[in-house]
Amino acid sequence: MRTDNRFDPYDADRPLMMRCACGQHASAEEHRGAEAAVAELKRRSETAEFEAYSNDFIEASLVKALFPHDAMRRRFLRAVGKGTAMAAIGSVLPVASLQAMAQEKGALEKRDLKIGFIPITCATPLIMAHPLGFYSKQGLDVQVVKTAGWALIRDKMLNKEYDATHFLSPMPLAISLGVGSNPTPMNVATIQNTNGQAITLHVRHKDKRDPKDWKGFKFAVPFEYSMHNFLLRYYVAEAGLDPDRDIQIRVVPPPEMVANLRAGNIDGYLGPDPFNQRAVFEEVGFIHLLTKDLWNGHPCCAFGTSTEFIQKNPNTFAALYRAVLTSAAMAREARNRELIAKVIAPQAYLNQPETVLTQVLTGKFADGLGNVKNVPDRADFDPIPWQSMAVWMLTQMKRWGYVKGEVNYKQIAEKVFLLTDAKKQMKALDMKVPDGAYPKITVMGKVFDPEKADAYVNGFAIKRTPNA
Amino acid sequence: MNAARSLGLRAGLLSALLLLVLLAVWHVATLSSAPVAAAAPALTPEQIEYAKLMGKDPAATGAPTAKSGFPTLAQMGSTIAKHLSQPFYDNGPNDKGIALQLGYSLARVGLGYLLAALVAIPLGFVIGMSPLVYRALDPFIQVLKPISPLAWMPLALYTIKDSSISGIFVIFICSVWPMLINTAFGVASVRREWLNVARTLEVTPLRRAFEVILPAAAPTILTGMRISMGIAWLVIVAAEMLVGGTGIGYFVWNEWNNLSLPNVLFAILTIGVVGMLLDLMFAKLQKAVTYVD
Repeated sequence: MRTDNRFDPYDADRPLMMRCACGQHASAEEHRGAEAAVAELKRRSETAEFEAYSNDFIEASLVKALFPHDAMRRRFLRAVGKGTAMAAIGSVLPVASLQAMAQEKGALEKRDLKIGFIPITCATPLIMAHPLGFYSKQGLDVQVVKTAGWALIRDKMLNKEYDATHFLSPMPLAISLGVGSNPTPMNVATIQNTNGQAITLHVRHKDKRDPKDWKGFKFAVPFEYSMHNFLLRYYVAEAGLDPDRDIQIRVVPPPEMVANLRAGNIDGYLGPDPFNQRAVFEEVGFIHLLTKDLWNGHPCCAFGTSTEFIQKNPNTFAALYRAVLTSAAMAREARNRELIAKVIAPQAYLNQPETVLTQVLTGKFADGLGNVKNVPDRADFDPIPWQSMAVWMLTQMKRWGYVKGEVNYKQIAEKVFLLTDAKKQMKALDMKVPDGAYPKITVMGKVFDPEKADAYVNGFAIKRTPNA
Repeated sequence: MNAARSLGLRAGLLSALLLLVLLAVWHVATLSSAPVAAAAPALTPEQIEYAKLMGKDPAATGAPTAKSGFPTLAQMGSTIAKHLSQPFYDNGPNDKGIALQLGYSLARVGLGYLLAALVAIPLGFVIGMSPLVYRALDPFIQVLKPISPLAWMPLALYTIKDSSISGIFVIFICSVWPMLINTAFGVASVRREWLNVARTLEVTPLRRAFEVILPAAAPTILTGMRISMGIAWLVIVAAEMLVGGTGIGYFVWNEWNNLSLPNVLFAILTIGVVGMLLDLMFAKLQKAVTYVD
């Protein structure tokens, strides 16, 4: 008798499954593989070691966000003492309520939440918190809802259909400013992911690796108010092309980019993963460069909600915040990445071949030109919403004419990128507070000083704003 | 009688033959893309690794990793069987069986369509009976009628502030016009003699509307309703692709993300079959109210 029958129909102790029981996977093995990945990640997340790690991670992230310059942090600690500093930081959002959350779960204002996401790897922390039970551990009943496009995310946030959402990080700035919508105050609680985008070109452009040759190209970006749009514009402008005249930039939802590339509708895109890797996998495109090479550590997507939601549901928000930060802590660990790819690949989440996601998350990938590249930090999940990032985005919005007139960069950045609450309350406690989270940024070798935002905008040769 | 039956039989045979030819063409056209077990040339380790990352493991025999491409007949068959064998599974908000998705779509269509009928038929009556109202409303109808559902969607989302109601609204706004126009036309073209007879018999206006005009105009009204149903079913797919969440349109969109042509084809077939069934239903109704002068 054969013993290698895959289905084992004669084994009395095993159910005969022609496909997996949930119908999500092609075979029972694949189903077990995904379940095992969830179980293993869950197990890892429940170890005391990880819990201590994630607590430390969350606290360290907050302290780091308060004190972007380490010298300043040390000066502050020396001035007020460790105990006072811890008490002060602990007394403000989010640490205090986060720790309170762990004990008393009854204080939640709202339990049933709907969170929107676009099926891209940028949403990894937000998505994996669902199957791994990070939301339910905080006492929340969260539905993560796949959404068809960024404009719809915006509308559903404005409609209050979603309680919180996956944003492109410039979106909350744009919505708060009222560009492209009615002004409604939004907040970025954490950055979802850093790096993780790429410029993908159609395979027929294999020999056109210099952006100077791209005159007349048609590119896609996921949304106007996106890092993708700003980075693509920046990149081609550095090469001397005017992004509004020499190339065409279209808005195409990420999932539709590969189909459009294959159809020859576009020559390339600066898009989120997994769609860069998917284009390689489908043999229609190659990865021209990773956006990490333009600005290492740049933010892409964010997790956020409306200011109103935070004010009405501070405890719920804190619980949500903690769940997402725990997720980010887990996603940052390289050893978890392969399992995470397994967890978010099924139809209910990203609906992508697992190997594509693994390549994106582990950074060991085929580039479409016949090379295997190894870039472990191709995608990362650093949650700190530096306000200097917001200021940079605002300079680009100003540069390309999305916002007109005077822009009070810091005021907007501090309103939207949530770090100020802590500071405000520290001030109330009569503590000396560092000025802002404005570490300097280097984009394509050029240092950006958030203190001199207007000079930065005026320093570009190609721009839409007249010289001041 | 016999001739009619033999015609039906021959037509059926011809349909079957056409289907066979179609399937054969499909089979032949996709044959070349089927995996060919070629002898693997000697590859360097890097090349092997690259091939693996591209989903083409040279060492593996058997089924290659699923890539998007036009499916073979066998792949299509197994896709259909897979979906039909589990039509009701529910894995949370983003992954549901095909029957559930169809249920959501049909419910949306039903609701939007019902609203449209409630507005269009009475209004059509009024328009049909009064040439003045007809002329006054005509420009509005002509302008609003050709607007695509996708154009309505952003406006609906902005003003209604609810995506599922917006979907229903779009069904409503797109299916209202054929019913309205056909009702008005049917009512307006009821024979003068019949109305005159009713007038001579001093029939009350309400009775005249229900007992003279309605039966006389019923076939035209039903034609309008049938066209509207076809449009509603067309619109729902587009609307759901845009709004997402649930429904057969969302299913298509989700599978498009995954570049999964077999699933998209399956959805197209399903949409076609359901649309045909809806149309058949109205054809039956139409037959029931048709009369011969």
